[in-house]
Amino acid sequence: MASYKLSINGSTHAVEADPKMPLLWVLRDLLNLTGTKYGCGMAQCGACTVHLNGNAIRSCSMPVSAVGNQKITTIEGLSTDNSHAVQQAWIAEQVPQCGYCQTGQIMSAVALLKRNPNPTDRDIDMAMQGNLCRCGTYPRIRKAIHKAATLMKPPAKSF
Amino acid sequence: MQNTNSINRRAFLKLSGLTGAALTIGFYFPALAEESASIITAETADSLGIALNAFISIDKNGKVSILNHRSEMGQGSFQAVPQMIAEELEVSLDQVSINFAPGHQNKYGSQLTGGSSTVRGAYKHLLRTGATAREMLLEAAAKKWNVPKEECYALKGEVIHRPTNKKIGYGELVEEAAKLTPPKQVTLKERKNYTIIGKPLPRQDTPLKVNGKAEFGLDKKLPGMLYAVVERSPHFLGKIKSYDDSAVKTMPGVKHVIKVQMPVFNTTREGIAIVADNTWAAMQARKALKVEWDTTGFEHLDTTGLYNRMKEDLKKPGLSQRTGGNFEGMYAKAAKKLEAVYETPYEAHACMEPLNCVADVKDNKCEIWGPIQAPDWIQRDLADRLKMPVENIAVHMTFLGGGFGRKAFTDYTTEAALISKEIKAPVQVVWTREDDMNQGPFRPGAVYECKAGLNNGRIAAFQTKMAAQNMNHQWPHADKSNFNDSTTEGLPEAFINGIDHYSFSDIPTESPIPVMWWRSVYSSTNGFAYESFMDELAHAAEKDPLDFRRQHLREERYVALIDMLEEKTGWKSRGKNSGWGVAITECFKSIVGEAVKVSKQADGKLKIDRIVAVMDCGWYVNPDIIKAQVEGSIVMALGAATNHETHFTDGKAVEQNFHQYQMPRISDVPDIEVYIIENEEKPGGVGEPGLPPFAPALCNAIFDLTGKRIRKLPFNMNEV
Repeated sequence: MASYKLSINGSTHAVEADPKMPLLWVLRDLLNLTGTKYGCGMAQCGACTVHLNGNAIRSCSMPVSAVGNQKITTIEGLSTDNSHAVQQAWIAEQVPQCGYCQTGQIMSAVALLKRNPNPTDRDIDMAMQGNLCRCGTYPRIRKAIHKAATLMKPPAKSF
Repeated sequence: MQNTNSINRRAFLKLSGLTGAALTIGFYFPALAEESASIITAETADSLGIALNAFISIDKNGKVSILNHRSEMGQGSFQAVPQMIAEELEVSLDQVSINFAPGHQNKYGSQLTGGSSTVRGAYKHLLRTGATAREMLLEAAAKKWNVPKEECYALKGEVIHRPTNKKIGYGELVEEAAKLTPPKQVTLKERKNYTIIGKPLPRQDTPLKVNGKAEFGLDKKLPGMLYAVVERSPHFLGKIKSYDDSAVKTMPGVKHVIKVQMPVFNTTREGIAIVADNTWAAMQARKALKVEWDTTGFEHLDTTGLYNRMKEDLKKPGLSQRTGGNFEGMYAKAAKKLEAVYETPYEAHACMEPLNCVADVKDNKCEIWGPIQAPDWIQRDLADRLKMPVENIAVHMTFLGGGFGRKAFTDYTTEAALISKEIKAPVQVVWTREDDMNQGPFRPGAVYECKAGLNNGRIAAFQTKMAAQNMNHQWPHADKSNFNDSTTEGLPEAFINGIDHYSFSDIPTESPIPVMWWRSVYSSTNGFAYESFMDELAHAAEKDPLDFRRQHLREERYVALIDMLEEKTGWKSRGKNSGWGVAITECFKSIVGEAVKVSKQADGKLKIDRIVAVMDCGWYVNPDIIKAQVEGSIVMALGAATNHETHFTDGKAVEQNFHQYQMPRISDVPDIEVYIIENEEKPGGVGEPGLPPFAPALCNAIFDLTGKRIRKLPFNMNEV
């Protein structure tokens, strides 16, 4: 067991954990942040996607000891009121069915839009490849990411 | 206890007077078969010992609570049930909170969420429940104002007096309304006046599912709850010979290591449960467990042996489900004869949320929470297994991260309850992805032999034989002389009605592999054989595939569906061998036609260009959910047709995780067009019927483009 101070969604959380414990289980079982999901435990499905310094990673395969002082963002940290453009787009396009994979999908989509504000269908397919959805919401995910891209565009400046 | 039969003609109940603080409307479920409704009071019901439900509750502040008695696993019951009630109650959905009903068959009837049955099974009663509450609120307002009830109407949670435009909220009326006798008859709204039903209203669970707040089974936490994983026999019938847990017990966080049994149909699966203070600790400790399994006394089947057995079985006469006319006689003298054999694979359900269950058993009581498709069945099963009165068992549904039939079983809940009972603490049993994928029950694979005779370009005689495991034969004391009543599932009734000489039979293949319903059940495999064969027959008859179906599906609904498929695909103007295929199946009282267009890319690989689906599910509640369900069904069908399959070797499953069981990813799925037929038919299912026609439509499209007929699923799109 070792002590860690994790920066999660803007606050610091102290945990006692086995250094090898994946971040996923630290979040879920030790900190009760259950929006991040367990799907496969081997980075195959993306249900556990969170951000580490803004990049999408699979928390099921990231030992807590490797996190250090990097900033973790989970679905709970995206907004307090569903106001993030990607959440708004997900609601507008009615993406979720069972919803289990969607928090991971959303975290991957947010990371994509951050580095590519105008993704093509192909860009989306490449970036979202690692997130499985058994309900088959993929066509709506594509639509929602395009919609979020539009919502995130700064309003045109008038001179 | 008095005889409750006398209640059977009295459907609607008033639960008023219980608190005086709310108007609560429900009905007595066993009476639902009856069309005419009369009333008994809560007191009478109580004296008769019958169970009342409470679908609608309105409190003094006007807060409306509506129960959803079915599971929400993505298919939209959480939206459809309140959407129906709210229409007749005259409240908007944002005024309503929705709660899951606990498991209780006497209150809610069968809660088994399967067979796409939520709307079609309960719509009449839910509409009448809403209307009954509305009429009582109208009557209460009329009394209060001392005006004729006819001058009042209800809108968005208020009663309005038409001549004066006076308004009063439902909350202010509940006390008065609760004293009234519910009306014996209510008039339901006409469909043209609907403002909620039939509209693509956004789902009430969506906001919860984009921020992590939706509580799935795996998210449930109780004070003092421990976490368990179970090492079960990798062989379906293996028993524990011996085990060594000495290394396990010293691992950090480990609290208990116990032997546990899990009933699976007529067998018992043995396992060792490792209970720890977090999930990961339990998973780590499991790796240190040493178990020696006794794998004698049952067959160690592999996939090849299993399919060879099914093919051998096809030589047997089989158990006849439906016959008409004289198939053999007509087939023998048909001008043209055709025969084909089709194969479909075993499949895992592979819900994104692996199986799990929280159980808390103490003081002769059992409470469980989890992703549950069959709460009332589980309640009865636990009462039986734990030898407790049924009222001591509380079954709570969470959201389900997928279900597809797998979570309509009782194995995982029983196992969790037995572990909690033994360790005397609340526990969450977590199945790893590997456990979820390799333990089954699976969708049964099947082999079909189809034969037909053509005369003058029409089917004169038609036969299918199915060799597959029969799900019903797995139960203890099952009567194995019973045919599989799902042998014709998926086939359009209009087709069977339209041919004179037919025979449908099945041969129940024996196997130790546990099998279970999988989204659309036998339709998912029958549909492939039947609709692929129809395509082969159309070609043999030198007919256009859609015209050939039109010729054999001569009922109004099918004609309308075929017309729409033609229009939306531009069927008649398509080029010869341009890669279009079509299939039409009927599943759970809905008819779906799907057309697929494929092409070859520069590298020679096949690509799906278009998918067009036409759904006729009759009267419907939410068109956007229907579209989503058809889209999702098609993606699941695409995976089962072209990607994944569960293999067996040495009596155990091969595929363990998503790297081996490769489900479609976003890049595999093109946009999907879904069209809904408008008609006045009764509601049919929505969650499953979109699945069966996809695989045959895709294979028929590939035949159209390449001339290659695919008769065995899954196949590799890159190797056709």
